[in-house]
This record gives sequence, C-alpha cells and structure tokens, in this order.
Amino acid sequence: MKRREFLLAAAGAAALPALSFSGRLFAAPPNSPRFLFVFLRGGYDCNNFLVPYSSDFYYESRPTIAIAKPDNNNPNTTIPLDANWGINPVLRDSIYPLWQKKQVAFIPFAGTDDLSRSHFETQDSIERGEPLSQGSNFRSGFMARLSSTLTSVPAIAFTNSLPLSFQGAGKDIPNISLKGDTKAHFDERQSSILAGMYKNTSLASAAADGLSLRTTVSMDLQNEMVAASRGAPNASGFAQETQRIATLMRDQYRIGFVDVGGWDTHVNQGNVTGGLANNLRNLGQGLAAYAAALGNEWNNTTVVVVSEFGRTFRENGDHGTDHGHGTVHWVLGGKVNGGRIAGEQVAVNQQNLLQNRDYKVLNNYRDVYSGLLGRIWGLNNSQLQTIFPQAKPRDLQLV
Amino acid sequence: MPTKSRPKPRLRSSMLLTPLLIIALASSVQASGSAPLSADDVAWLHRDTFGLDSATIDRYRELGRTRFLDEQLAGGDDPLPPDVAPLINSYEVFNTAPAQLVAEYRDEQKKVKDVDAADISAKDMAKKDFQMYRRDLYKQSMEVELLRAIYGGNQLKEQMVWFWLNHFSIYAPKGGVGLFTTDYEENVIRPHALGKFKDLVMATLESPAMQIYLDNSKNVRGKTNENYARELMELHTLGVNSGYTQQDVQQLSLILTGSGIVPQRTGPGVINGVDDTFFRQRPGVVHNGLFVFLPGKHDFSDKTFLGHTIKGNGFDEVEQAVDLIVQQPACAKFISRQLAQYFVADDPPQPLVDAMAETFQRTDGDIAAVLRTMFLSKYITASYGKKFKDPTQFLVSAMRLSYDGKPITNADPLVNWMNQMAELPYGHITPDGWPTDNASWSSSGQMAKRFDVARAIGSGHNRLFARADGQVTQADPPMLNSTLFQQTLQPTLSAATRDALAKASSAVEWNTFLLSSPDFNYR
Repeated sequence: MKRREFLLAAAGAAALPALSFSGRLFAAPPNSPRFLFVFLRGGYDCNNFLVPYSSDFYYESRPTIAIAKPDNNNPNTTIPLDANWGINPVLRDSIYPLWQKKQVAFIPFAGTDDLSRSHFETQDSIERGEPLSQGSNFRSGFMARLSSTLTSVPAIAFTNSLPLSFQGAGKDIPNISLKGDTKAHFDERQSSILAGMYKNTSLASAAADGLSLRTTVSMDLQNEMVAASRGAPNASGFAQETQRIATLMRDQYRIGFVDVGGWDTHVNQGNVTGGLANNLRNLGQGLAAYAAALGNEWNNTTVVVVSEFGRTFRENGDHGTDHGHGTVHWVLGGKVNGGRIAGEQVAVNQQNLLQNRDYKVLNNYRDVYSGLLGRIWGLNNSQLQTIFPQAKPRDLQLV
Repeated sequence: MPTKSRPKPRLRSSMLLTPLLIIALASSVQASGSAPLSADDVAWLHRDTFGLDSATIDRYRELGRTRFLDEQLAGGDDPLPPDVAPLINSYEVFNTAPAQLVAEYRDEQKKVKDVDAADISAKDMAKKDFQMYRRDLYKQSMEVELLRAIYGGNQLKEQMVWFWLNHFSIYAPKGGVGLFTTDYEENVIRPHALGKFKDLVMATLESPAMQIYLDNSKNVRGKTNENYARELMELHTLGVNSGYTQQDVQQLSLILTGSGIVPQRTGPGVINGVDDTFFRQRPGVVHNGLFVFLPGKHDFSDKTFLGHTIKGNGFDEVEQAVDLIVQQPACAKFISRQLAQYFVADDPPQPLVDAMAETFQRTDGDIAAVLRTMFLSKYITASYGKKFKDPTQFLVSAMRLSYDGKPITNADPLVNWMNQMAELPYGHITPDGWPTDNASWSSSGQMAKRFDVARAIGSGHNRLFARADGQVTQADPPMLNSTLFQQTLQPTLSAATRDALAKASSAVEWNTFLLSSPDFNYR
C-alpha cells in the first residue's frame, strides 16, 4: 500500500481499532539521495558573504560596510578561498571547514531572468520554476513537480505552511515547522474521527497527514532526546531546527524544503558584526549542524542555498543595500564536488554590473538545478523538462 | 496535568448567572418574532462577519440585508464593546499617546546604554529587560487587535481593519515599529477602513509605523532609500507588473525624500518630544502628529513619474504622486481583486472584479461603495462554503461561536494560538502581508495546528478567564451546542461531521470536533 493510500485509508477507517500512525512505516531506504532546498527570503547581500576581495571596485562601492581584505593577523577580515574570492569571517567555524573538505561550492552570478527586483514576484517565480513567459498565477512549484516525477521519494516542507514550490503536486506533501511545539495532542481514536470528517474533501490527506506526522515527530524527538542528550550543548535557533530536520531527512524523507527569513537589509546591515553577520552566522551554524547530524548520510546529501536576488553592489546612504539582481547560490554535501567557485563568471568591476547597479545573472538557476537534479537522481531530459519547463540543463558537475 | 481550580462562592454566584443570561438572550431572539434565518442569510453573514453571534443575528433580522449592510458601511465610530472596554483600556499601548511611548522607549533604551559594557552580565540583563519591554508592547497591540475583531459590533469593519492592516502590512519587531502598532490600527487604518482609498494611502504614508518599517524616514536628499517607494506601488496600490518601471521607483523615492518622523527633542517649549514653534516658523514644513516633511531633506528637482512631470516644490509632490497612483486603472483593479480574493474566492470571477473596479473608479476610490458592489453581487452567493478560513478568521469565529459576546478576562491565549497557527498580527516579516488563499492555510501542518487550537478553545482548559493575579477561575468547556449553533451551523452540517459529533464522548470532544470540522472551517 502506498503512503497516500494508507493515509486515505486511515482517514476513512474511523471504525478500525488501534490505528498505527507510526511514520516508520514509510521510512525511505537508506543510502538513497537526499536533497534539501534552503530558501533565504529577503534577497541576501551575497557580496558581504562571498567577498570579491581582489576587486578595488568592491571597496570603493562599500566605504562603510565592506569586509576587509584578508589579513592573517586580523580575524575580522575576509577568509580567502582563492585569489579573488573569500568569505565573511563569521563563517569561520561553520562553513569554512566544509570548504576545506571540498564539500561546498559557491555559484556567483546566479539567479533568475526576473528583473522586477520585487521580493514577492521573484520568490514566486523561483518557487514556480517556470519560464517567465509562462503564466503567473498557476500554483505549481518545481519541488512539487520533482516530487511527482520521483513517485516513491518522500518529500516534506519544514515550514508553517506549504510553500509555493511544493504546491500542486497532486498528492499531499506534508509540512511541519520544527521551531516550536511539535507534541501530538490527539490519541488514535480522536485522530481518526478528526481525519474522518475530511475524508471526502480535498483536504483529506492534509488532515490525515498532519495528525500522523505530528505523532511521528513527537515520538522521534522523544527518542532523539533520550538517545542524544549526552551533555552536548543545545545549539540555538536555526541550528536546533536543522538538527531536527536532519533526523527526519535521515530516516524518512528524501526531498525537503526550509526557509530562513530576514535578509532584507536596506539599513545598517553591518559587515562582520550587525544584522547580516548574525544571520549569516546563524545560517552557517545551522548548515554545519545539519551536516553533522546526518552522520554518514551526509555523503548522500545535497543542500542548495538560494535567495531570490542579490542586492545593489554599492551601499546606499543608510549603510545598507537595495534590491539587486544576480546573487550567490551555495551547494553543499558530503559528495559535492566542492572547494571551488562554480559556473560562469566575469570580473567584478563597474563595467560588468547590470544597469550599473548589481550582478548579472550568468548562471540561471533553472538550468543549473536541472543539471544538478539530473545528476542526483539520474533523471532524463523529459523528466527535467517537466520539473523546469524549457530549461537548458547545465551540468556544473556539482555532485 | 492542568488542575481545575475550585471556584470561590463569590464567583459561583456569577457563574449561576450565565444560564439566566442565555435564557434572556434566547427570549430576546424569540421576542423579535422572526423565523430562523434562511441558509442563504446565514451563509452571507458568514462572509460579512468574522463569525456569527446572537447580537449580529438580532440586528440582521431587524434591518434586513441591505439596510444591515448600509449600517455597516456607514462606518461611524467603533465604541469599545462595554464588556471588554475595561480590558482594552487597561493596555498601555492603547492608552498612551505615541509621542509618550517614544519618550518611554528612549528611557528604556538609555537604561541599556547606561550600563557599563565591562559588566557583561549586567549588560545582558539590561538588554533582556529591554527585549521584554518591547515584546510586551507588541503583545499588547496584538491583543487589542484580536479583542476588537472578536467583540467589535461592526464585523464588516473589523474584517476591513484586519484586511488593511495586512494589505499595508508592518512588522512590529523591526526597530521602533512596535511602538506604533496600536496607533496604526486605531488612528491610521480604522478611521479610513471604509473611506476613500486615497485617504487611507496618505494616512499610512504619514504613519510613523510605515515610515520606519519601510525605511522612508531614512530616505533623504542625496542618500535615497527605495524601499518604501517600491512597495508603495507594488504592494499597496498598483501591483507588480502593472506598468511602472525601475525609473518610476527611483523617481518616487526622490519625491518621498524628506518625509519622515519628527526628530526627538528635549528642552523648554517641547511637549512630548515635539517642538511646535520650530515647525511653525519654517516654510514648507508639513507636520502631522509624529509625521513631518522637512524641506531641507527633500530633493527639489523636477521628476518624471508615471509619464507625468512633477515640479519639485515640496510635500505637494507627494500628494500629486499619490493622486496619480490611485487614479491609475491598475490601482482600481488591483485593490478590487485583493478584496474579492479575501472575501469571495482565491481566483475571484473576473466580472465581479471588473464591477468592483468600475465602482472604485466611478466613486474616486470609495471603499464602502466597492464593498457594497461585492456584497450585493450574485458572485458572493455562488461562492458560499468554498473559502477556507485563514487562522485569524478561524480563531475569531471560534471565539464568537464559543462565547457569544461573553467577555474574556485574559487575552494571552489568543496570541499564543495565533502564534501557533503562524499568522500573528503585525508579525509578517515582509511587507506583502499574510496570504489569504486557501492553499496557504490548509496544508497538513496547518491542519494539525488548527485541530490543536480547536481543542484548546473547546476544552476550556485555557487561561481566557484568568484573573489579573493569574488565578484561573473557570475551566469548564464552553457551551458550543447552543441556540446560536442550532440556528446557524446545524441545519447544513455534512453527514461526516454529524457522524463525528455523534461519536464524541464528552462535551470537550464535541466542541473540538465541531471547531475542527470542514463545516466550520470553510465559509
């Protein structure tokens, strides 16, 4: 019995005694690929993350917020990755070690064709994954189409509500936020009565899934706490969330989505301290915690970190940055072909700015992720065209 | 295990009153001598209100649909419901003038600054206190919003207040925005919720909350900040891809330079941080509460905006730009569509949107007129039962059905539930506001949370009736199986829901199942 059929049966089976809502029933096979999509909402300032430190123009453009050139004697300077690029030193203990292990690659000049520089428009177009010319109101996301293509690969969103990227799958994609209370409050009898009320509605599987997932997660976390609390300090914020995500991705799910907000820094964004630095540190710690918590399964894992756009290359009058275009995407994983800056690039100078304002997009995310997903799951061209219609898959050999 | 507190004799007598009140209420319904409302009336009222209570039904019976709607659309004052007025009035954020709140905020900030940075633990403590102070103000303003929504007599207006708060969304935790949230609801949104759209746009433009939230208070000559200019067109008025360009965004940001917040001053002649003589003496200054336009910070060049030339002459440019914006056909269409999406259907019928947009343009953006077009249209009837309630609509309607006007004494649980369902007032970090379509609130994670909240309301094991000292005086489940339920929801319940209710083994379960049912969660 397939997962969805089981859940629908469960929803209708109010009369059956002792229903088991154990999610273990659906556990995915080990050693199968895992893919986590991390969406940074708000258009993060990629230039204060992946610093083009060999560019004088960078330092001219950001008199107060630039990250200083590498200096071995000063920990608050750019950590060099190669002769041109370095990363913000707030990532020294989290992402930099992964770079040294060649488990992370960065793709600058990445993004979409969308030039609206609107958060909402661009986030939606990324989540839809469709060419710009195609519709604008169709609620179908590329993660949903990926999930429909990979019929037996379980997917989940670690969010409060189902993101657009997972809408329109034609099957229920469960979602659960792992930030707060995840306790289950209903016993099996109550759960089946509640689910039973929805059995002939379009929300049948959402109602049943929600109840069963809560039961599973609640049990998992209890076991986890007993097994894992060996005096280790509790990671805070996003890192705690990613550890919980890792548990579910290790045991049950193979395609996941999580979003991290708060990147819209128009004012006083800072450099190695301040709002952006805090966000980057938190993100880095979360991703490192995720890698650690997956253990050996990190080798079967690919994580991509994406934001809707970059920001103005020059700082604005308020020591912040406004909406821009091209940005830097990250690809991480145990088997990622990393330790490199991937994709097409140009020199970072004024002549190469788009509209004298921001980064060009040379690496369209639809092309790059078609190539990446193709490699991860061995998808053929027609499958990739379903996921990203009209994309021209580009294999950057990221895995 | 929650323990049931034993009511004291004094309280017992007040509890005995409750059944008497219900009887009195029921007999007043009888007295108006009408037959139960038709299924059509009930369904219509489920859109026109957050949820039904007995008082609304009485008024509707008395006036009939058209006059009832007219009365709502006339707006007028919204006196606080007498039973909850003392609670709302007790909130600092409600009863303190914004300028005074700013002064207090500075004092609290100063307390942190004054602690010696070398004393790390004392500094941390001071920072935590400051956080607590900010969080408390934010929580108070959410409680005011939710109490107004639940108990407000003009439920259409209450929905519109929520709608505009969401449409012109602000985020309380950003900077000082949280000081102005209740001011934003009470003095910016509420007075214009059913008025002219242009006045509403201008009121939000001149609000400290919006000026701070979208960084326009930092938008000054030579150092422009585009944030507000962009969202003013994209989210507030015209919609993305409606014809304006990046150039228009930049020109509007120049037009908006110099608009901001009154600089905070101290000294003689300064009342609540505002030095009146300073502003009166200078030509071109515009001053309204905490809003100020300072010519010295304005870019006086001529601008080309939406195909028109706007001469650089000061604040008048803003008025001209907003006029231009709200007169665009795109604005009428965008606002009409947003309204229809919230009240009627995720993908509202185009003829309905067109009719509303026509009214919008004909009446110079009269919001009440646009709503009348919508609420008397055949399309609203055709969409009954298909709109899934968002968490606010769910919570407010659940409270209205469960307590039918009975005042709670503690609104903390309301905020806690909204937090669980992830739709806090003033809590959407980005300025696009919470989504209002079905799919955004009916995922599996949302369903599970909603069932939890249904249980928390239905069980009575919550702190809605905690006293000021925190003591809980009532843990009895509310009486959901009431006359109100029998006259409104019961006649149209689905077989599956009736079946579930029949299986309930206690009043708590019965309440939980009813509030969780599709019949209750769609409107």
